[in-house]
Amino acid sequence: MGIFGAIPGAVAQGLIWGLMAIGVYITYKILDIADLTVDGSICTGAAVCTMLVISGVNIWIAMLCAVLAGALTGALTGAFHTLLGIPAILAGILTQLILWSLNLKIMGRANQALSAQTYPVILTQLNITNALIVLAIFTIVVIAILYWFFGTEAGSSIRATGCNLNMSRAQGINTNLNKIIGLSISNGIVALSGALLAQYQGFADINMGRGAIVIGLAAVIIGEVIFSRIARNFAVKLLSVAFGGIIYYIVYQVVIFLGLDTDLLKMLSALVVALFLGVPHLRKVFASKFKNKSKPQEEIQDNAEN
Amino acid sequence: MLRIKNVTKTFNPGTINEKIALNRINFHMKPGDFVTIIGGNGAGKSTILNATAGVWPVDSGEIIIDGQNVTGIPEYKRAKYLGRVFQDPMIGTAADMEIEENLALAYRRGKRRTLKWGVSKKEKQFYKEQLKTLELGLEDRMTAKVGLLSGGQRQALTLLMATLNTPKILLLDEHTAALDPKTAAKVLELTDKIIEEKQLTALMVTHNMKDAILHGNRLIMMNNGKIILDIDGEEKKNLTVEYLLEKFVTASGEDFSNDRALLG
Repeated sequence: MGIFGAIPGAVAQGLIWGLMAIGVYITYKILDIADLTVDGSICTGAAVCTMLVISGVNIWIAMLCAVLAGALTGALTGAFHTLLGIPAILAGILTQLILWSLNLKIMGRANQALSAQTYPVILTQLNITNALIVLAIFTIVVIAILYWFFGTEAGSSIRATGCNLNMSRAQGINTNLNKIIGLSISNGIVALSGALLAQYQGFADINMGRGAIVIGLAAVIIGEVIFSRIARNFAVKLLSVAFGGIIYYIVYQVVIFLGLDTDLLKMLSALVVALFLGVPHLRKVFASKFKNKSKPQEEIQDNAEN
Repeated sequence: MLRIKNVTKTFNPGTINEKIALNRINFHMKPGDFVTIIGGNGAGKSTILNATAGVWPVDSGEIIIDGQNVTGIPEYKRAKYLGRVFQDPMIGTAADMEIEENLALAYRRGKRRTLKWGVSKKEKQFYKEQLKTLELGLEDRMTAKVGLLSGGQRQALTLLMATLNTPKILLLDEHTAALDPKTAAKVLELTDKIIEEKQLTALMVTHNMKDAILHGNRLIMMNNGKIILDIDGEEKKNLTVEYLLEKFVTASGEDFSNDRALLG
């Protein structure tokens, strides 16, 4: 299979991870929280969906349960953060570790197969055209719901919470509750992408979420860098995150095709994300250096004026 | 309207940085009172406002707003009684949100936030008219992000937001201190106008003695967590900066020189 044969599969995977990245966008961009719960909650979504389907539950109900389970993991992180005062990043790590155990308990072992031939899954990599359609629909529906929700009074107050805590409280907004709600929504979406991924690849695995936050951030950043000029509307911003996921996986495939050691891929992803996260800071550093250089001249002018 | 009974607040208790910010304070405001608060750095001026707003719980005493004991009520719930403007223009508004979105957030202070659309068409017209009263041209920039506004514009907007939904008490925490003199004067003028029009009960902390004398109907001076001077009516109208300085020195036994530069 050549590189072009691999593209549709990459797009499908990109859409799944793009959906997860939309969840990351909600915490990282809207709530201003780097939430590490996602590394665990994506697997929780996959595990819950897989086990329920295997035990004969309707696929849609299984996916709904996966979303709710994911939302609960987010609420747990939110509770650690707001009720116990644990820094958000640490709260996410704690939940992540809790989920490692819980996910193993849900699945009964480290890996559970979910064969498309045996079970009535709604997408599989064996039929990529169909999978692409299903994933596109899911992405559009999720974006539409989020666009509506964050435009409502309740959604606006969550955006305000992420933007300015002091102002929000002064305007009577329960910031702690909003953080918990935002984290729940985010991880519900992440779990949904986990449920879709398990069906697509035909299994749930305890390690499937490792580094998910980095992929999510990468998709958010790629989407922002490429589409920032046109993406002013919130729905378009979310769409650009989904495209960010797709581009990430296409690049991923190309890099593999070029013969790069796949062991190094996670490291490369992390380094690329580190670089992009560092850009705003580096810009400031360089800007202030220029200022320092031009300062003496300004002073001379000031003196002349005086 | 506001009754502060025997309120004490100590910051960093039991440490080397222990600071008694409010020391058994008793204070009462009638409806329609516009009180200015002056005092040196660390006198407890802002602390009184923050105690009223519920930024943190007080150590002892009671805070009663319009007959409601709010001592144990968290900040976000107390917000329904209070309009607040802060010293830092960045604090009062959400920079990443539009002007009309900020107003809509403020308009819903004290109300349930439902799944209805965040800014309705009808209220946009209302916001437009309200923004016009600021005379800053913001009515033509309603969908601009607040982060694009200047400090003075943001402070004027915060003032509008604080009073859009008429508060029981308006708390102004040195809200002109971070502005240039011209803008500060304009925002103060606007403050007077809004308080007058809506007949608000207001509490204004200031570093500027002249402003404290010129504005409001009552003036209190604080030092070391206590109210050391409380003047209203005719007596307040006849106050001079020199008299206040003298009072400060005799009452506190300290020099006001730290703040001399700010007397204006």
